[in-house]
Amino acid sequence: MSRPNFRFLLAALAALAATAALGDVTLLNVSYDPTRELYAEFNKAFAAQWEKDHHEKLTIRQSHGGSGKQARSVIDGLEADVVTLALGYDIDALADRAKLLPADWQARLPHNSAPYTSTIVFVVRRGNPKGIRDWDDLVKPGVSVIVSNPKTSGGARWAYLAAWGQALNASGRNEAAARDYIAKLYRNVPVLDSGARGSTVTFAERGVGDVLLSWENEAWLAQREFGGGKLEVVVPSSSILAEPTVAVVDKVVDKRRTRAAAEAYLKALYTPESQELVARHYYRPVDAQVLAKHAKDFAPLKLFTLAQVSGDWRATQKKHFDDGGVFDQVYQPGKR
Amino acid sequence: MRALLRRHSVLPGFGIALGFTVLYLSLVVLVPLSAAFQKTFTLSWDAFVADVTAPRVLASLQLSFGAALAAALLNAVFGLLVAWVLVRYPFHGRRLVDALVDLPFALPTAVAGIALTAVYAPNGWIGKPLADLFGVKVAFTPLGVLVALAFIGLPFVVRTVQPVLEDLERELEEAAQSLGATRAQTFVRVILPTVAPALLTGFALAFARAVGEYGSVIFIAGNMPMVSEIAPLMIVTKLEQYDVAGATAIAVVMLVASFALLLAVNGLQWWSRRYAEARS
Repeated sequence: MSRPNFRFLLAALAALAATAALGDVTLLNVSYDPTRELYAEFNKAFAAQWEKDHHEKLTIRQSHGGSGKQARSVIDGLEADVVTLALGYDIDALADRAKLLPADWQARLPHNSAPYTSTIVFVVRRGNPKGIRDWDDLVKPGVSVIVSNPKTSGGARWAYLAAWGQALNASGRNEAAARDYIAKLYRNVPVLDSGARGSTVTFAERGVGDVLLSWENEAWLAQREFGGGKLEVVVPSSSILAEPTVAVVDKVVDKRRTRAAAEAYLKALYTPESQELVARHYYRPVDAQVLAKHAKDFAPLKLFTLAQVSGDWRATQKKHFDDGGVFDQVYQPGKR
Repeated sequence: MRALLRRHSVLPGFGIALGFTVLYLSLVVLVPLSAAFQKTFTLSWDAFVADVTAPRVLASLQLSFGAALAAALLNAVFGLLVAWVLVRYPFHGRRLVDALVDLPFALPTAVAGIALTAVYAPNGWIGKPLADLFGVKVAFTPLGVLVALAFIGLPFVVRTVQPVLEDLERELEEAAQSLGATRAQTFVRVILPTVAPALLTGFALAFARAVGEYGSVIFIAGNMPMVSEIAPLMIVTKLEQYDVAGATAIAVVMLVASFALLLAVNGLQWWSRRYAEARS
């Protein structure tokens, strides 16, 4: 390439970059794996609305991955305007370790900053050959349970806490009984995949195990995707109210001057239209009216919250999942 | 520097070539590695020891190094055989088989892991007959780890041994035979000493690759604590708890152990080459 040509190219590139920077607002939403389809749809709707109201082009970029990994990327400098992660703990980490947002971030949006919720249900094989109806059936000898590793998977932490919470409630809040239940449950687990999707594949495609503990939305998806009526969803009598949380990352939006758009983006998740969208993707809407409309899609069960069975995420992580915690003690009794 | 230059400057450009080598090695290898070491130094000695001697970590290190060594040994034997067949026997489709050997290089490790798991799972093509006839479970056991590591290590042995076998002079074998050596003697005393240095290199490469392998193993291992957790998974687990120092502590132990083992293999190689040269 001759020299003048090269210079022209450079100038053109610079001009392009300048117009992009001037005319547009871009947002980066860093999220976890199973929300891919939900946000693809939501982003399109929100960007159109924003353009109509503010006469400027809004581009929303998405990043998906394991919830913990995503949080680590943001701590390491990925410029996320908003984070929409599987657990409050991962957003706590942004606040505690990198001071990217205030520690009380969860009080800034309605419903504990969870615009949609989910829960943990069972998936069994056709005809439910082991007769699995409720939590007690999972710890019977000879029942093989598939669940992912709570130390590496956000969804698995909810599954673990669902098991813990119902055992605690069933035994009249006897913690020793709950520990005993957890130990028995995980002794029935032959494979600990590192992520929730991996467990679904192990169960549905590899044919390992009698029952899969799964996100509610993932359970319906598995039943549909791995069709042929090979799988059935069993809803236990009680389970945990899983709250995937969302937050604006203050340090990033202040630096990039995108606070207005970022805050509007998260607030828009709570509108009735968005809540409809949420329900269509098998997440439980927090809007009572929308939830009532979709009541037939979401089986009734007694839901308890994390706060009721284990306190906040910081305490929960320390007690159950950090090295030497309750989960580790299942595998190395008496150590540490 | 001047003295160095003078001694080496039969070919021009030694100074600049060495400069680039050092710069490149620093950027690509040394700086990232030293960052890992530096992060570890944020731990006190007691915390470091506690981290790397936790029973789960020890079990995973044992599995990672044990399975990697076993897989590399397996590959040394069968990789040599594959290379021998490819070099010595003309047959239809030899080129195809030759290309197949490289497949584990090219395949994304996650794809390899998923494919191996599908085949060796209790309902898979190989897994089902193995389970039904012999009661042997492969996927989701330490045996599965070995299978995955053997898969990814094979091309390293074949590709390092192949050129040496191609250069091997048939006349030497014929001479050995005409002097009355048995087939076994010819193999052990004529062929093996020539191939040994390359075989050791292949073994070392396959081993080094296997120790750090994560992508393919994670699908087939089952990841049960104390049984089938590999050391790289322990590192990921620590990172998931935002315990970066703890993660690098395990990484440093793996690095030092791998380096010591590779150094030993290099020494062995040097010795075997001298041995081969002394005999010829």
